[in-house]
Amino acid sequence: MKRTERILMKGNEAISEGAIAAGCQAYYGYPITPQNEIPAYMAKRMVELGRIFLQAESELAAINMVFGSAVAGARAMTSSSSPGISLKQEGISYLVGCELPAVIVNVQRGGPGLGNISGAQGDYFQATKGGGHGDYKVIVLAPYSVQEMYDLTYLAFDLADKYRNPVIILTDGVLGQMLEPVVLHSKEQRAMSNEVKDWILDGCKGREPRKIRSLLMAEGALEEHNWKLNEKYSKIKKNEVLYEVYNLDDAKIVLVAFGIAARVCKGAMNIAWEKGLKVGMIRPITLWPFPEKIIADTVKRLCSTAYPLHRSPAILVVEMNLGQMVEDVKLAVNGKVPVEFYGRPGGGLVTKEEILERIEKIHQ
Amino acid sequence: MRKIFSRPKSLKEVVHLYCPGCGHGIVHRLVTEVIDELKIWEKTIGIAPVGCAVFAYDYWNFDVTEAAHGRPPAVATGIKRVLPDRIVFTYQGDGDLAAIGTAEIIHAANRGEKISVIFINNATYGMTGGQMAPTTLLGQKTLTTPFGRDAQRDGYPLKICELLSSLEGVVYLERTAVNSPKNVLHTKKAIKKAFQNQINNLGFSLVEILSQCPVIWHMEPVEACKWVEEVMMKTFPLGVFKDTNRHE
Repeated sequence: MKRTERILMKGNEAISEGAIAAGCQAYYGYPITPQNEIPAYMAKRMVELGRIFLQAESELAAINMVFGSAVAGARAMTSSSSPGISLKQEGISYLVGCELPAVIVNVQRGGPGLGNISGAQGDYFQATKGGGHGDYKVIVLAPYSVQEMYDLTYLAFDLADKYRNPVIILTDGVLGQMLEPVVLHSKEQRAMSNEVKDWILDGCKGREPRKIRSLLMAEGALEEHNWKLNEKYSKIKKNEVLYEVYNLDDAKIVLVAFGIAARVCKGAMNIAWEKGLKVGMIRPITLWPFPEKIIADTVKRLCSTAYPLHRSPAILVVEMNLGQMVEDVKLAVNGKVPVEFYGRPGGGLVTKEEILERIEKIHQ
Repeated sequence: MRKIFSRPKSLKEVVHLYCPGCGHGIVHRLVTEVIDELKIWEKTIGIAPVGCAVFAYDYWNFDVTEAAHGRPPAVATGIKRVLPDRIVFTYQGDGDLAAIGTAEIIHAANRGEKISVIFINNATYGMTGGQMAPTTLLGQKTLTTPFGRDAQRDGYPLKICELLSSLEGVVYLERTAVNSPKNVLHTKKAIKKAFQNQINNLGFSLVEILSQCPVIWHMEPVEACKWVEEVMMKTFPLGVFKDTNRHE
């Protein structure tokens, strides 16, 4: 297949293809809407490729099978949607504690509880602030197009191996079900396990036996381990921040949104420009590490430009929840300009018109 | 001079943290003797549970990983599927395997995962100080059954070998004990068979071992061994529950 060939795919299928291209050797999953296309796709493709697909008895089992395959040195993935991701939190905490790479896909739906099956962004806190027990971080990638579902899943496997840390793809039911053209980078299968992993358990032939554990009972051992993990988090924060900016140069109002909400915001921003409103946008792609610097720098620039008194600059955060990422934006803004929020919880999809209305209100 | 007895190569020369009279030490020794005799220590990956055997990776001299409470069969599945030519086994207590991890053990067994499971049944939660286990006997006093286990309130002792014996993926199930020299010797044979089955790529094997826990049971070690024989075995009779020895 030529590099430039575009094929029409669902978001969930693009995630699956991205994983396959990245050399995912083992996939474990459990059915839940709206991510069911992923296990169905993997059940066929992984088996065709002679790789491992297994439908687990539960989300708990699935994430622990991922744990086992990571222990054995394989690139492994699981996917689910919000309620199932809650069940995986125990396993994610163990993966971080044991410094194991893994990719976890959350095709979010409305919550709390069983909620509904509409796309939502209610799991931002859970994904970016740890989620399970203990004091830890996972890398969180938020695609906003079907192409990015493919690209970021591919990237997730590299990041997971690079830092020996789980990576979450935080997307939602709308993107999961959306059909768009995708360019697949390469049909060639990435050489599997070509990188040397000098920590895996594959039998101690020719070397000392190894152990993988997160239990550190000796005095000070766990604190030391957590400081070591923190050094890793600092490196990730320094090296892996991803975001996109639009129309920032002349902007007076800056939208901040991720995932499907960013997609809608982009539409609202374009209409605003047609109406002569100077609206820019920052779209975090990594939700952790959070792109705080670009936000702080933008705010600095906004403040340094002279505005009529009654027309001060502002940030408008748009999310499909009751306000989660807005807290991180406020930390980055640090009180220098007003931060407004517009959101809809429980699977309510924000519209361009609603966002435009907020922009106009701020502009007045 | 011919050496006729020594420490198994697979067992580290370290002081372990088990209580005096505990059966875990015996089973650790048996497992490592078997691994030595089958010459598989260089291709074995063990999975330590949460419970008294949580530090097993400090005692065993081959690759060992921890697993979350009850999840060793899922972790074993993830390892064995990636490395089908390695020997993968879990070592689990009754809380880990028969309470919080019941789903994982049943489904690993039902899938016929080609792993070996060493299941220690001492009828209590030792690590946390002696609470009711799924295998606690009726009438047995524990921290959470201070008046004795009452079937009406607490349900019945869970019989894992009997439960798993109906599953088609299982090739070998046996319940043994380590309360007497005779039973210890027989347990070693059972463990060896569970590993041999895996080497022969046959399917899921589990050995349930009745193990004395004198400190938590508030008994002298000799009394505890007697209790296994006279009381525990009434609820948990020894024997082979399944042995298909089939090739797949």
